[in-house]
This record gives sequence, structure tokens and C-alpha cells, in this order.
Amino acid sequence: MQRESIVLEGGFTDPVIESQAVFRALMDAMAHPARAYRIGHHAAPSVPIAATAAAVACAVVDADTPVWLDGALAIDAVRTWLGFHTGARFANSPGEAAFALIADGAGMPALQRFAQGTEEYPDRSSTVILQLSALDGGDALAFEGPGIRTRATIAPVGLPAEFPTQWRANRARFPRGVDLILTAGDAIACLPRSARLLAGEN
Amino acid sequence: MTSRTSTYNFAYLDEQTKRMIRRAILKAIAIPGYQVPFASREMPMPYGWGTGGVQVTASILGPRDVLKVIDQGADDTTNAVSVRKFFQRVAGVATTTKTGEATIIQTRHRIPEQPLREGQVLVYQVPIPEPLRFLEPRETETRKMHALEEYGLMHVKLYEDIARNGHIATTYAYPVKVEGRYVMDPSPTPKFDNPKMHRSEALQLFGAGREKRIYALPPHTDVVSLDFEDHPFEVQKFDRPCALCAAEGVYLDEVVLDDRGGRMFVCSDTDHCETRRADGHRGELAGDTT
Repeated sequence: MQRESIVLEGGFTDPVIESQAVFRALMDAMAHPARAYRIGHHAAPSVPIAATAAAVACAVVDADTPVWLDGALAIDAVRTWLGFHTGARFANSPGEAAFALIADGAGMPALQRFAQGTEEYPDRSSTVILQLSALDGGDALAFEGPGIRTRATIAPVGLPAEFPTQWRANRARFPRGVDLILTAGDAIACLPRSARLLAGEN
Repeated sequence: MTSRTSTYNFAYLDEQTKRMIRRAILKAIAIPGYQVPFASREMPMPYGWGTGGVQVTASILGPRDVLKVIDQGADDTTNAVSVRKFFQRVAGVATTTKTGEATIIQTRHRIPEQPLREGQVLVYQVPIPEPLRFLEPRETETRKMHALEEYGLMHVKLYEDIARNGHIATTYAYPVKVEGRYVMDPSPTPKFDNPKMHRSEALQLFGAGREKRIYALPPHTDVVSLDFEDHPFEVQKFDRPCALCAAEGVYLDEVVLDDRGGRMFVCSDTDHCETRRADGHRGELAGDTT
């Protein structure tokens, strides 16, 4: 009884309007890489998945998109919650994932282990949703590319130490590659594969 | 304001369809100029009426958006009026004819004259998204050509224009290269509008309903019209200003006035023309009162 109510609660209260609001922030964020957008509070899961990552999942995940959960999230409560609110099915490996949900950014699999798409169909690649502790205060990463007027800087906390190297390799695979949705607090920022990481800022 | 028809979901499409289209839009933005396949739905209007653009608009539209719809630059043509009424009815959104007031502009074959700003979304209705289609009918081959960046055939086509006509005779759907990677069909806009796509402040989304493709240009994206060093790309020039508002440097439509060869040239962008006339600009055929 208790368990059922935990699973049933915390999704969108008005799915049509809230999905649109979260998606629109996501679309703006993907079109303006490395810029933080606040999405407000929509989902409030009582299972160990961050509210903003959960809201993003509720907006874009459904039965058509296999979801891969990292070690910290691959527990029954999270699977049941996502299953109930999105209809998601789950991928066994990062390479099969349309979406990946990562709670432990520092320990996440290398970007190249996720689905990269093919040269003919580069859209068939993973979108990785990362739960981070903050979108500023970490090491500054400066980007240029489509969606960025001159350069955009973001300093997320909780990315893997070798992220710059991995991201450059991801960009080098363009048009193949993964796209990232960074979440922290009630904000999101996106790093589409088109974003080019500039040499380190000091 | 027409009230929303309660029997339809907000913006007509069901939620799973919107999610599928939204995912395609996100991938399209991440790979500028690349055509993402999507499961296009039957819409309550025929192909050719903008079913692709309508599905994109329906998937991004929210209750607080202000929608403008244009067909060949005009807000008052049949296609524009019917698409606008469709969204008034199934989404109850506010609509406008003013370019500056709109958050989403769905367009068929024009880009507004007034520069777009950040936060605006321009949704194009696209009949044939594949720029290589008339050169190579097989989708398997055009996919491979895009994968290999094999665009020589497109340059041959433009060269044949020069060989036959002395200049590049393509005047609409003029191919562009996006961020130095994908060759993209800008939809049948006049080539006059191609430079407006380059590093636009607005997000540009392209929907092809019959052909089931979505593609995108994020803001500040390099969009370069294909050309040759000795035959550089140039846009149409008009030797007279708009007959109603005297605007120069805008795209003009020819309007036949009688059966004795009388004609006038007026702005194709009706909002731009009306705004200028309201500001007091007068062309040679404008009446004294508006």
C-alpha cells in the first residue's frame, strides 16, 4: 500500500501543459548550448531520482525509448516510478539507450559507450540526462558552435575528470555522437554534440 | 477568440505523437541541417497545406504562445488563414499578424522582412526536404551522399545552370550548406531570403509531413548558399520600390492590374507593408488614406 502510493505520486499534475513547458525549456536549452534554463518545479518523485531529471524524463521518455539507469538509479523503486509515469522500458547497456539517466556523473561510463548513431542516421544516438549538484562553481568549460553567438561558458559540478577529453572525442565523431542534458536544482543546460569545447580557461 | 474544441487534446495531436516529434526536434537541433525521420501523422488537411509545419507547431506550442501564420509572406491568404484558425480552435492560442509580437511564426515560402529576435521560433512548411532528390531519387543513396559529404552532384547542377543560362538560374529552394557540413533545402523560399537564415537570432524548424522529415537551424548557425568563386551567390534585385509603401530592399510580388499590361509590385510581406504605411510611408499607387 505504502509502496504503491510512493510510485503513483510525484509525476506531472497536468501532463499536457507541463510536458510542453518542460520540453520548451529543453528545446531552448538545446538551441542555446551551455546556457542554464530554469524549468520550475514539476515532478516531485519520492524515489531517489532528482526532480528536474524526473521532469525531463516525463517530458520525453515513453515506451518507444529504452532508458538506461546508472548504478545509483538502477533500483526497483526508480524503475517502477519511471515505468508508471512514462511507460519506459529499460536498456541493459548504455549502447542500447535512447535516454540514459545518470546520478553519479563522476563515475559515468565514457561517452563513447553510449549509442552514437550511424553516419546515415546520426539521430539514432543516446541522449544522456545527468543529475549534477550544480551548474556553476565547477571548472569552467567554454563552448562555441551552432546556437552560440560567440562563446558560452558553463561550470558544472560533478562531471567526470576526463570530461574535456571525452567531449572533444564526441565532437570529433560529428555528426555521430551523444547529446547531454545537464540538470541541477530546478535548472537544465544542454550540450548538443555540435558544441565545440574551447581550450581551457583559467 | 474562438474557444478551444473540448473534444481534441490541446493542439490536436495526442501526447505520444508530440513526444515523438519533440524528440526528433531535439536531435534535429543537435545536428543542424540533418533530416531526422519522424512518424508523420495524418492531419485534418491535405498534404501540401503544411502538414509538416502544423505538426511541428502543434508539438512546440504552449497556451501562452502568440502564433503568426504566413503564406508567401501574407497573413490573409487561404493557407495562412486556415492554419491559423486551426490552432485557434484546437489550442485556443492568441494569434497575431505582427511579426514582432509573435513567439512562433509558421511560414510557407517566406521569411519575414523584419529581423527575428532571440526566443522566436520560425516553423517552415516543407514539401520536399531532400535537396538531392531531383538529382538522385533513391533515399538509400541520398542518405549515403549526406553521410559521405558527397555533394559534387549539387555543384554540377548549379554549374549546368551557368552553362545553359550564363548564371545560376535557381531562384527558390536554393541549396545551402549548414555549418560547413550538411547541404540543406531551405524549403521553396525565394533565394532572396537565404541570407536571413544565416546566423539568425531565432530558432528555425523545418517540417515535411508527406516526406516525414524534420530538420533545424539553431540560432547563430552558419548557413551559406552554394556558389562558385566566379559566379558568387546573389539575391534578386528589384528595380522599383513597393507601390504601396515605397519599401526598397524587400521581396516584391507582381500584381496584374488589368488586361492591358498594367501591373504593380508590392511587398510580399503584408505585415511589413502595413506597418510601413501606418508609419506614413506612401508608394506611388497608395491612396491618400489607408
